[in-house]
Amino acid sequence: MSNASVETRPNSQLAAPDPQQPEPGAPENWRRFFSFSTDHKVIGIQYIVTAFVFFLFGGLLAMVMRGELITPDADLVDRTVYNGLFTMHGTIMLFMWTFPMLNGLANYLVPLMIGARDMAFPRLNAIAFWLVPIFGVILTASFFVPGGPSQSGWWAYPPVSLQNPTGNLINGQSLWLVAVALSGVSSIMGAVNIVTTIFRMRAPGMGWFKMPAFVWTVFSAQIIQLIGLPALTAGAVMLLLDLTTGTSFFDPVKGGDPVLYQHFFWFYSHPAVYVIVLPIFGVFSEIFPVYARKPLFGYKVVVVSSLLITVLSLVVWVHHMFASGTPGWMRMLFMFSTMAISIPTGIKVFAWVATVWGGKLRLTSAMLFGLGGLSTFLFAGITGIMLSSAPFDIHVNNTYFVVGHFHYVINGAVVMGFYAAIYHWFPKMTGRMYYEGLGKLHFALTFIGINLIFLPMHPLGLMGMPRRVASYDPEFAFWNVIASLGGFLLGVSTLPFILNMLSSWTRGEQAGDNPWRAIGLEWLVSSPPPHENFEEIPIIVSPPYGYGSDEPLVSNNPKGTFEESAASTQIANLAGEAN
Amino acid sequence: MATNDQRTTDLNKVLNRRRIINLTGLAIANLLISLWMGQQAYSWLPPQASAESILIDKLFSFMTAVGTFIFNGVVGTLLYSVLFQRAAKYDPSDGPPIEGNVKLEIIWTGIPILLILWIGTVSYQTYDQMGILGSMTQKTMETVETVPAEPTQKVATSVEESATSAPIEVHSRQWAWEFRYPKEGVSSTELHLPVNQRAKFKLTSEDVIHGFFVPAFRVKQDIIPGKEIDFSFTPIREGRYRLRDSLYSGTYFAANQTDVVVESEAAYQKWLQTAAKTTPTAAANVAQTEFAQAEKTSVSLGWATVKPAPAPIVNYSNQPNTSQPTPQFEEEPHE
Repeated sequence: MSNASVETRPNSQLAAPDPQQPEPGAPENWRRFFSFSTDHKVIGIQYIVTAFVFFLFGGLLAMVMRGELITPDADLVDRTVYNGLFTMHGTIMLFMWTFPMLNGLANYLVPLMIGARDMAFPRLNAIAFWLVPIFGVILTASFFVPGGPSQSGWWAYPPVSLQNPTGNLINGQSLWLVAVALSGVSSIMGAVNIVTTIFRMRAPGMGWFKMPAFVWTVFSAQIIQLIGLPALTAGAVMLLLDLTTGTSFFDPVKGGDPVLYQHFFWFYSHPAVYVIVLPIFGVFSEIFPVYARKPLFGYKVVVVSSLLITVLSLVVWVHHMFASGTPGWMRMLFMFSTMAISIPTGIKVFAWVATVWGGKLRLTSAMLFGLGGLSTFLFAGITGIMLSSAPFDIHVNNTYFVVGHFHYVINGAVVMGFYAAIYHWFPKMTGRMYYEGLGKLHFALTFIGINLIFLPMHPLGLMGMPRRVASYDPEFAFWNVIASLGGFLLGVSTLPFILNMLSSWTRGEQAGDNPWRAIGLEWLVSSPPPHENFEEIPIIVSPPYGYGSDEPLVSNNPKGTFEESAASTQIANLAGEAN
Repeated sequence: MATNDQRTTDLNKVLNRRRIINLTGLAIANLLISLWMGQQAYSWLPPQASAESILIDKLFSFMTAVGTFIFNGVVGTLLYSVLFQRAAKYDPSDGPPIEGNVKLEIIWTGIPILLILWIGTVSYQTYDQMGILGSMTQKTMETVETVPAEPTQKVATSVEESATSAPIEVHSRQWAWEFRYPKEGVSSTELHLPVNQRAKFKLTSEDVIHGFFVPAFRVKQDIIPGKEIDFSFTPIREGRYRLRDSLYSGTYFAANQTDVVVESEAAYQKWLQTAAKTTPTAAANVAQTEFAQAEKTSVSLGWATVKPAPAPIVNYSNQPNTSQPTPQFEEEPHE
């Protein structure tokens, strides 16, 4: 076990951010996770933990919804409550979980992966993070204002979102809009920071084509944020003005155009799907080579296809509006542009399969989640192509088919990709190993749960069950019961994960610098990495993913000390368990 | 089987004759499974009650077959790796350092492009045919009252003009559907249509955006307030089907449903005549009933809601019972 680094850096980097379980002997350190820290690693973990708390909250709302939908009648909760629940579920899962979680991963990993000591603008970074709990509180507070939270769905389409039955100025909808606008501001700050960091702070020798695929995907995703988010934020502000000051951008009674809002909304919110999924593609590209012991197949094509996705994602938004009274030429144009996105995406999928093929696989928890996420993503991609076909979309638009499709992307690929990333980088973040057995149990429950809840949504949608309904005709009962059971199982599946993380963080085995024998700058420094990451800025001499060849990645030692530790890592033991 | 690992290292070595035969066999098996899945796809959809539905189902069946083929191919390959290409215990060595293969990468860029062109073309043709049937091209929007003028252009396409070709007015509101037959002076909360004639509609909304959706007809159209939208399709199968609001419209959205009855020309005319003689009364309305009930209870269990519009006053109204909604369609012997 290579614990030289641990001895030279006692305590300060081994802090547990969970307040109930402070690292023994280092009680002062967990507090920095509640402080205005400018260290990108602290901010990264702050993002991830905050987001995960909201993930559990949003999941709880979803389980109440599934409880309602286990019977055809609206009987468990009032219709208004159900409508509030699905609105807040969608909003929390996107703005409070997915985006902050991905920003957390990017924050933690990007500077380490490109050989930088921190982000380009550390203070801006901290401000962007601290906006998250602020708009989180605003959003949560909307449950307690008179009239309850927003009930207009996470799209907040006017005129429904402008109806304001309470008549109050401070109502669920206006708080919702303030929170979404703030979330946009926070994400724009994050995007400026990440793009600048990747442009300007790469270590010497790290040309664009020596950059890890994860950094490429984060870069491609954050460019979308910069282009698209202003549209959504502007849309939210205009809607807020309509709601509170009586302007008439979108209100048809006063001559506004409600369809215009749909353009503002989807101009960002469709590319947002790629903001979400691109970094997860990056996670897949990082994980498969490590656990298959092979280079990423077709690295250059894979990373360039990320940029292609960025470009194409900006010209597909109207496919959400095929049924909104869109003219025929527009339907056909956006049908073809949407289908075209499957080409760079397909390149990535095939490249991952080829990376795995013929390798020496180790089915660790990270690899299982990676493979599980890839297969659910493939399924979602295929239903996605079906949806892009305008004539077919007319039938399933706004039905459960769509709900099933995007949950396969977001819960299937993105959440499983997130778990893969956490298992993979957990030893780096904490200096500790997690328990493989619990990780595998977590995978089994998650994978079964996801398919049990979301697969039945496809036949439901084909049969014609609209989304966002609190009650439904009895013919839909069978598949809904199965989906609800899957939903409860998915809720249970988070328990082994939480148990694993908390106990491993405090008393897991010491991990050493590089327990997976992975190639990458982050694995050259101690676990957890010291403040400012690198004693000496690394000089990169090889492309990433040199598995199977003996080329060194860097020409100096970024730790500043000489160390030889490849033989003493734990991969052999883990492989034994995995097989 | 685990010893097969080494054979897969070099693409050129891999493609020997035996392997090509094996791969061809697998591809044919996959093709057969995919074609079978494509046939199964029809049974996942509601009955084909409109001319449009036949085209859409064919398109869906085709896409299901293509999708199944790809899914099986990719997941099958992954599963083979997972089962047979695992690292041996205590084997610390790496796999073969293959960084890419230009030929392979060109193939798997080219094939998806061709597939997309194929699916896109089939979709386009379907769309075109649906346009001829009338359900797609009539996207003319007319400006009413407050909305600034937009250029409008009538596209008249007709397969079979109905004798009673005045469009049926569809009035949607929170939360009721009302259908008016202007020529006959009939209003109803249940939509009646003659079979095998193109049904034409003028869709309007009085408050928020609603969606006109009949799953058995595979048609859907959002109804934008302030606009009048022309819409048409051709029902081809007698029966009773469900019409649903498909675009979320607020509190009682889920209950904003009614029935469509497709019947013979004779039965349709008879229904119109009987309805025209009936005195208009307030129709049963789920939103109204539930809202009134909620107002009576002293403790509110819910959050704020918009007050539902009064129940429509119509000549004919469908079954009011909502706790036992009518089935989506009545089973009829299928020819």
